[in-house]
Amino acid sequence: MDFTDEQIERYSRHIILPEVGGVGQKKMLDARVLLIGAGGLGSPAALYLAAAGIGHLGIVDFDVVDLSNLQRQIIHNTERIGTLKTESAKQTILALNPDVEVTLFNERLTSQNIMRIFEGFDYVVDGTDNFATRYLINDACVMAGKTNIHGSIFRFEGQVTVFKPKEGPCYRCLYPEPPPPGLVPNCQEGGVLGVLAGVIGNLQVVETLKLVLGKGKPLIGTLLIYDALATEFRRLKLKRDVNCPVCGESPKITELIDYEEFCGVSR
Amino acid sequence: MPVKVRIPTPLMKLTANQSEVTAEGNTISEILNNLDNQFSGIKERICEENGSPRRFINIYLNEEDIRFLDAEKTQVKDGDEISIIPAIAGGH
Repeated sequence: MDFTDEQIERYSRHIILPEVGGVGQKKMLDARVLLIGAGGLGSPAALYLAAAGIGHLGIVDFDVVDLSNLQRQIIHNTERIGTLKTESAKQTILALNPDVEVTLFNERLTSQNIMRIFEGFDYVVDGTDNFATRYLINDACVMAGKTNIHGSIFRFEGQVTVFKPKEGPCYRCLYPEPPPPGLVPNCQEGGVLGVLAGVIGNLQVVETLKLVLGKGKPLIGTLLIYDALATEFRRLKLKRDVNCPVCGESPKITELIDYEEFCGVSR
Repeated sequence: MPVKVRIPTPLMKLTANQSEVTAEGNTISEILNNLDNQFSGIKERICEENGSPRRFINIYLNEEDIRFLDAEKTQVKDGDEISIIPAIAGGH
């Protein structure tokens, strides 16, 4: 299996799990996961994926670390304020686990660069903060056949699901079009309990690892809703829509769309 | 017949911050009208003018999306739970 002594020790708590074993750990070391956003969801996701020994992580972000990020974006720290989030994330990841090969994309995702960035990755963890990018990621995942591990948060509530092309629905099967600006709340204005990003980002990691290992039942066709105030998880069934504009029987959307970026303005 | 309706965070302003309310009606459509009588303006946030849910909001009867049942005409019975689930984008 070609583990070094150090790797056998580092991953020993995985390797002794019958569901993982040496074979599963090897799968993780060979896996290629792309994280979109090194923010609230991306921070815990990157940390746990790296700790687990996901061998190749890609990180897409164009932003710099801001003091107001640190209430939840735990991959960064106070000393890194003003530095690129991708660089900051890479530093933390390599300090945690030098086995991980990190590729950085310091750019804003657009219809022009997304397919180039997606190349070479099998799984996409969506940790963005706006509808324009979420729809772009969805459509590109459907077209390129990549599995999209979706998470989103608002105040005390989070949603997690897995969109696996052909096997289950996609984001547009749920919501065919992005909401118009003005009808959904603004993320900054809405606020978010910092640790909620940790809960949801880590659920995205659990789903990613299950998919990589081929174990358990991933959240394909199921939307998991977490209500932190009520301490409640709810599962809702998601179905493929035969009329889906991108993954349906006769798709209307065959090219990637750059929607105007907004995260919504409150009424 | 009274059913439990789960209100999503973005609409809780209209329900005096209640995440769970009770509404009366035999169909989803009647439930939505009853909700609007109790919490004025909520239906307009959930539905288009023609009464069907907006495209970025889904309504579930228990675990099932009503689009795959009888949409707004879907019958509800005592003890059912209705969830209103809007798309949310936050992640940063």
